[in-house]
Amino acid sequence: MLSLLVFMPLVAAGALAVLPRVPDAAARWAWVAVAGAELVLVVAMALAYRTPAPGGLTFEQRVRWIPAVGTSYHVGLDGISLPLAALTCVVFLACAVYALREAHRPRAQAALFLFLQTACLGVFAAQDLVLFFVFFDLSIVGMYFSIAGWGHGDRARSALRFFLYTFLGSLALLVAFIGLYLASAPHTFDIVELAANPPLQGSPTTGVLVLVAALVGLGIKTPVAPVHTWLPPAHTDAPTIGSVVLAGVMLKLGTYGLVRVVMPLLPDAWRAAAWVVVTLGIVSALYGALVALAQSDFKRMVAYTSVNHMGYVVLALGAAGLAGGSAASAASGAPAGGAGSALGAAAASSQQLAVMGAVTQMVSHGLITAALFLLAGVLRDRTGTYAMGPGSTVSGLGRLAPRWAALLAVASFASLGLPAFSGFVAELQVFAGSIATAPVTAVALLGILITAALFLRALQHLLTGPARAPRGGFADLRAAEAVPVVVLLVLATAIGVAPQPLLDVIAPTSAWITSVVTPSATDAVAASVAAPAGS
Amino acid sequence: MSSLLWAVVLLPAATGAVLALVGHRLDKAAAPAAVVTAAAGLVLAVTAAVLHPSAGAPLVVAGGLDLAVDPLGALMLVTSASAVLLVVIFAAGDIHEHRARFFGLLLIFSAAAATTATATALPGLLLAWELMGACSFALIGYPWRQARTVGSGTTAFLVTRTGDLGLYLAVAAAVAGAPGLALADLPVAHEPWRSVAAAGVLAAAIGKSAQLPVSFWLSRAMDGPSPVSALLHSATMVALGTFLLLRTTDLLAATSWASATAAWVGVVTAVVLGAVALAQRDLKQLLAASTASQLGYVVLAAGIGSVSGGAVQLVAHAATKALLFLAAGAWLSLLGTRQLSALRGAGRRWPVIGVCAAVGLASLAGLPPLSLWAAKDGVLAAAREVSPALYLAGLLGAALAAAYAAKALAVLLGPEPQITTSPRTREEEDRTGPGDHGSATAHWTPHAGGVGGLQRVPLVVLAAAAAVLGALALPPVAQRLRGALDRAGAPPATPSVGELVLSGVVALVVVAVVIAAQLRRSSPTTSSVPSSSSSSSYSSAAAGPTAEWRQSGLRTRLQDWLQGWLGLEAAAHALVVRPVVGLATVLARWDDRGLDRGVSAVAAAATSTARGAARFDDRRVDGAVRSVAAAARAAGRLARRSQSGQLHRYYAAAAVVLLLAAVLLALAPSA
Repeated sequence: MLSLLVFMPLVAAGALAVLPRVPDAAARWAWVAVAGAELVLVVAMALAYRTPAPGGLTFEQRVRWIPAVGTSYHVGLDGISLPLAALTCVVFLACAVYALREAHRPRAQAALFLFLQTACLGVFAAQDLVLFFVFFDLSIVGMYFSIAGWGHGDRARSALRFFLYTFLGSLALLVAFIGLYLASAPHTFDIVELAANPPLQGSPTTGVLVLVAALVGLGIKTPVAPVHTWLPPAHTDAPTIGSVVLAGVMLKLGTYGLVRVVMPLLPDAWRAAAWVVVTLGIVSALYGALVALAQSDFKRMVAYTSVNHMGYVVLALGAAGLAGGSAASAASGAPAGGAGSALGAAAASSQQLAVMGAVTQMVSHGLITAALFLLAGVLRDRTGTYAMGPGSTVSGLGRLAPRWAALLAVASFASLGLPAFSGFVAELQVFAGSIATAPVTAVALLGILITAALFLRALQHLLTGPARAPRGGFADLRAAEAVPVVVLLVLATAIGVAPQPLLDVIAPTSAWITSVVTPSATDAVAASVAAPAGS
Repeated sequence: MSSLLWAVVLLPAATGAVLALVGHRLDKAAAPAAVVTAAAGLVLAVTAAVLHPSAGAPLVVAGGLDLAVDPLGALMLVTSASAVLLVVIFAAGDIHEHRARFFGLLLIFSAAAATTATATALPGLLLAWELMGACSFALIGYPWRQARTVGSGTTAFLVTRTGDLGLYLAVAAAVAGAPGLALADLPVAHEPWRSVAAAGVLAAAIGKSAQLPVSFWLSRAMDGPSPVSALLHSATMVALGTFLLLRTTDLLAATSWASATAAWVGVVTAVVLGAVALAQRDLKQLLAASTASQLGYVVLAAGIGSVSGGAVQLVAHAATKALLFLAAGAWLSLLGTRQLSALRGAGRRWPVIGVCAAVGLASLAGLPPLSLWAAKDGVLAAAREVSPALYLAGLLGAALAAAYAAKALAVLLGPEPQITTSPRTREEEDRTGPGDHGSATAHWTPHAGGVGGLQRVPLVVLAAAAAVLGALALPPVAQRLRGALDRAGAPPATPSVGELVLSGVVALVVVAVVIAAQLRRSSPTTSSVPSSSSSSSYSSAAAGPTAEWRQSGLRTRLQDWLQGWLGLEAAAHALVVRPVVGLATVLARWDDRGLDRGVSAVAAAATSTARGAARFDDRRVDGAVRSVAAAARAAGRLARRSQSGQLHRYYAAAAVVLLLAAVLLALAPSA
């Protein structure tokens, strides 16, 4: 079932590419149909999902592939990958519907995005490092062609920059994976086996070196400041749906890699480097927010808020590797998750709360940013520009296009973390968990204030003032444009109002990740005693 | 039981969401729907106040969205629901544009207020708290075609959200140090988390209730429609800011510093903002400053632990201030202005509004037997038990309140000016005034004759409430409230007869002096043309004792400083906004030119290295190969030269070789 989910778009993409003389309209609707079927499939899987044992998987499938190097076709889902796979299907369906109006080579575009969907789902499903890497790289290739083929502005340069930058990152990731393979005994690329018996425990130097390589690779993809500079030009010149997939799904591949690969496979190194990761997260969150505040280009601004929002994810994941918070009190006698815990049954420790927040934030950011990029696409479609503020020829759109304006306002408030939207649930968990673990992370709270300022300012620039648009009018949203945005925002609201079903899925896997990486008081003592003996 | 409480919250939320989302197609139905919803909301609130239900739902953690009605929550819930109903009725007659969106937002706002009043755990409280901020942005910025009103909404949202960060901190503190996320768990958190939680709650409350040093957002918020101001100030966001402190007095008292901080912030705000109010020339600005000042007494009450005293002050202020903002809104609709100088005699021209406003202003002044007189004395009585300094400062604030209320009273009830200026000139004059309601122009003509019943009924009801609610602070009701609200050992908020008489006399004397001075000074200016008298009305508005002092530059500067709300907004811009924007600009430039150029430089270095390697490959490596080939060719040429075809050369060569061989053979044995 999972393999069907992963490869159905690829088969459809192949058919669209190979079959001669498919009419454009048929290609567009075929894409919508396949993306819709994918969504139905993933919803069915979510309904059939049963929480696996800690560290285990559901919908697991393993087939011999290249046994000589210890790699196999191994896929499966757990409480972290399932929500992200569902997010992927939602975002790609939104793109398919939005692209119903695409006039430029729609058949090729449909094939390309179906291919991309397989690549993204493949990353979330992969339980083998080689498989993970293959899908990870294919997603970069697909996005390169999307920007170069359907972008605007200086698209060739931006596409090349995107490709080289992120490809460089993936090479660093490959080095890390090979390091893990060589350190494992018996040699294997299998993530589940590696997690059950993490290599490089007790060899801190090598472990940290492998961790650094993995952090470089995944950090570029996320992106973490200061290796984020491929993102703004890629977004500015990417086609609308390219930006949607890039921000909505592909940025998560980086942070998902941290949760899926780095944390469980290199727990010792993660603990050792936790402060570095936390610092990177804080810097990204504040730097992304500040640079976004200075933008006068709406799409670039949204791109930088992604650096900010993904910074919260990195921050929370780093905090999970730190000691402190309520875990200490739990370790000192009170039963975890019992009446003595501040968090009740939902989370046993502040670290787990942070990890849950990180995963919720990935889903939430995917939905909300996708909606914002779709609305930015409409802005450019009607006016030919993303410029806003002083010197811009666009203002007063609230009067010209009330529906677009209303949705933009809702999406902006969702993105700035207003309650009743998913971002609030995510950020509340991230901050509560992180600050309780490491109080210094409270400085990142300023990020949510700055994002509030920049979104309100953008609304003021675009929606109020005299009604002006460079091409005379500004036609309000059409159905194909409005429906995907509305659906994305409704989902974000649903998670914001009733987060419990999502959190119930995320919680057990987060608890497992946390139990692997969080240093407990006894572990710390044991490690300090065992380390000299082991080396 | 729990469904009752959910209905209290969800009924206005759902109706409001439908109205706000569907928009224009519901414009006609919006006002009736909102009135019916608000009326049902009041019935539900009263029922809930009697039955004390509780309800719960998980939010992030189990029990995160727990709601319950305790005596304090019940009082707040009923106050809030009553204010919502009256304001909605008034707005039905006053608001004519985008009605569906307006009433929708108003109802969502009231739902958030109801949730704040009943939330027992931090996540739910934070949810409602931030939603109120966002709704206030949308409602203040509701005349959104003017860039300034949206800017004012932005100011309100950003300032209050800065305080809200404190609640995020409090959640983290509870996770780290408390047995749970319920508000009741916070006082038993271990230090330093208990102090963090207290600081966070204090920051959030100060932000929302516009205490010093962030009072300025309330001034900007006056750009919104008057019904919004009425609701904001009386029984929702601003008032709920102080309600949170009443709710968390145990937490404040559990730290060594938070209670005293709250008490002093409250009493200093009461005095300083009272002076600010006295300096205003715009009726709504005067009322706004007086809100911060009056709610300062509630903050003071929370600081000294007198929940019942604070609650009564909160309720009495709610009735009084809702009344006054609605009256100001009515005049704004009728006259297109809210400048005090242009409102001279307005109370005589429209006697219903005039009488109601007079009751409200008299209550604000603290005149016996009206509500704020007794309510404020309750707080002051409790303060006297704790610290004489707090008591005296509070009394000073009360005198200032009497002065600014009397100032407005004298203008509104004074004689109408002889020369009635045309609305056109007034409007022009207003344009220069700070932040006037632009859509007022549209309202002027249809309402020139008077106000409808929809506006009159809420005014009369609120005037009655403002008159009698002081009874809550007097025995025997006060004793029962104390029993229900105060924890053991709280200072009693029951004023003695002496205190009541003293504050009543102070208020009476100040009011009499100010009105007398006001009338004496305004009589010569009435003969001049009021529309050109902005400077004379300014001097008439100032109640200075001597002419010399009035003319001194220091006084003018003090007056300007107070009138400009102490320059707080400018200070916030200079100290916070401009540095942050500057830093953002520098970082963005660095991101584009520095960081990105670094990346480009690496790429450029790679290509130039490649080019160098290519050149090396072409010239050196390939050159070496070519030179080997050339050497081989040269050697070949050399070898070819021996093949001349001339036999005598071959023989000569053979002879040389043989000779050499013979020599070698001869030498070999000896070698």
